[in-house]
Amino acid sequence: MRNFFLLLVLFSVLIIFSSRCYAQAPTSLELINNAKQYDGKVVNYKGEVIGDIMIRGDYAWLHVNDGIIAIGIWAPKTMVQDIRYAGDYHIKGDIVEVSGTFHRSCLEHGGDLDVHASEIKKITPGSLIIQPINRRKVYVGIYSLVLVLLFYALREFFQNK
Amino acid sequence: MILKPQVNDIKNIGYYLGRIILGIGLTMFLPFITGLVLFREPNCALDFLISANIAIFIGLVLSWLCKTDKELNTGQAMVVIALSWLAAMALSAIPLLLSGHYKSFLDACFETMSGFTTTGLTLVQDLDHLSKSHNLWRHLGPFLGGQGIAIIAISFLVKGAGGMFNLYLGEGRDEKLVPNVINTARFIWIISIIYLILGTIVLGLVGMSIGLKAQSAFFHGACIFMAGFDTAGFSPQSPNILYYHSLIYEIVIIFFMVIGSFNFNLHYQIWRGNFKEIWKNIETRTLLFVIMMVTLITMAGLRRMGVYSDGLILFRKGFFQIISGQTTTGYMTIYAQQFIQEWGNLALTGIILAMALGGCACSTAGGIKMLRVGVIYKAFRQDIKRMMLSPNAVVVQKFHHIKTMFIEDAQVRAVLVVTLGYFFLYGLGTLIGVWLGYPFLESLFESTSAAANVGLSCGITDTSMPAILKVTYIIEMWAGRLELMSVFALFGFFVAYLKGK
Repeated sequence: MRNFFLLLVLFSVLIIFSSRCYAQAPTSLELINNAKQYDGKVVNYKGEVIGDIMIRGDYAWLHVNDGIIAIGIWAPKTMVQDIRYAGDYHIKGDIVEVSGTFHRSCLEHGGDLDVHASEIKKITPGSLIIQPINRRKVYVGIYSLVLVLLFYALREFFQNK
Repeated sequence: MILKPQVNDIKNIGYYLGRIILGIGLTMFLPFITGLVLFREPNCALDFLISANIAIFIGLVLSWLCKTDKELNTGQAMVVIALSWLAAMALSAIPLLLSGHYKSFLDACFETMSGFTTTGLTLVQDLDHLSKSHNLWRHLGPFLGGQGIAIIAISFLVKGAGGMFNLYLGEGRDEKLVPNVINTARFIWIISIIYLILGTIVLGLVGMSIGLKAQSAFFHGACIFMAGFDTAGFSPQSPNILYYHSLIYEIVIIFFMVIGSFNFNLHYQIWRGNFKEIWKNIETRTLLFVIMMVTLITMAGLRRMGVYSDGLILFRKGFFQIISGQTTTGYMTIYAQQFIQEWGNLALTGIILAMALGGCACSTAGGIKMLRVGVIYKAFRQDIKRMMLSPNAVVVQKFHHIKTMFIEDAQVRAVLVVTLGYFFLYGLGTLIGVWLGYPFLESLFESTSAAANVGLSCGITDTSMPAILKVTYIIEMWAGRLELMSVFALFGFFVAYLKGK
């Protein structure tokens, strides 16, 4: 009886915990694939800020990529002021957690699938990606260039002879 | 009796192939220089230096070993074209593979074939962190391939006009804008470069007005123009056109997609001030009619599914995807998964129809093409008239394409052969997709998108898809862009080599 009770408690905790995870932090793919279920609901969405932050009046567009797909976030301009790094080739963007209303087809934005943020929390600050020059590539590049020029010169020499 | 190709035939093919490969290698210096000087991406620039050297070396060796003064005949030109597109795919894939954003060489080849054929299906990983130089190369592919790889060779690298027209024909183009094929090729380049400059400026300014920083706005402008005008559908960011969240940006892109799908001959007429040609031409009329039909089908489908609650939104989302499919561009303002999850079978059928029929002949667009659709319709009308009128009546059917012409049976036959070829390609990819376990409609959608060089995706195209499907789509993109004839010529050449006497 005691084992049964323990199992029941464990099972209930697992169910509650898993359902909370699903509701609170869906991935971009889950949001897109289940857009009708999430439409109009408040979601928590986590990922890296990528690309450009486009300021539009008092608001701004930013894109958050959770490693699968990037989703557009519409947020008040004041909310994005803390975001320092938006990811690209040279930059690892800030990792943020966005809390906001998910729209399958936003009436305000021409039917775009987006999230209207009510809160953006920076979890991990981004940084510049330092890319040391790849010496192997330098050698291969120079040697192959010399080879091509040498071959071209020899070809011209024998053709004109 | 099949004649076995002689050494001279192979030398002739090798020489011209070498020259074209040389041209491909030289174009890699553009991302090399911009990567080094403009974008400050030395490691990425080195990828292009290495790849350019490999391509130039192969090109030099091939044109040296096979040196000849002979001109290409039609069959040889077709083989050169078919092989040069494969060579372009493989050599251009090297810098992409070196970027580390592709899982395998096959994925990189898929990307470059998709680019050169102006398809736009992509297998890139983590696009949002891809360097600007590699992104430029991805978008330069459609710009070069859209105009035609042979057009580069004809314009700058190969001497003698006799065999050049055969090369020009090999890339699925059969209309000379001016009597001389070299001047035709140069005109195509001039028109494309002028449009590129104008398009980049317009999209750059619109980009700045929607919040992009100046450098980013003009970089995006150049990339989006190259992939939009050349009906490819690549974009520098992963959400594609949804990234911009702007109606005005979408309208400008629609304009470039439409003019990109116009026949270069029509551009030439417009440049000469002959604006009436737009309304008189069979292609533009057919294009307008087909767009109206597929719009009706797609809108009805979207309405029935209740995808968009607002009429204007329904039109904005639906029409963009229709124009993108019809012009065979492949730009998207929705996510690929939304096609399947939300759009429903009727709307998808509308888009598939638009993709299958495609844009205009002698343009950067793919698909069956409006000229063929128009000619088939006229021939059909002629046959109905023949049935209804007296057997002694002489029934003629005219159509206007630059000049007024009479429909001839030989012309209709040629049109139907290519049209059937496209249906075969669409069916082949669908069959392989279904065989691999994908649903029928999704397989048909993706296969049509690949063979018609569109690039819209319903989610099948992904790095995790089976290698056999990747190869199938590569073949479909290649054969679709070359309108099958050059591919048949290549197979014919191999058969003749093996079985000929």
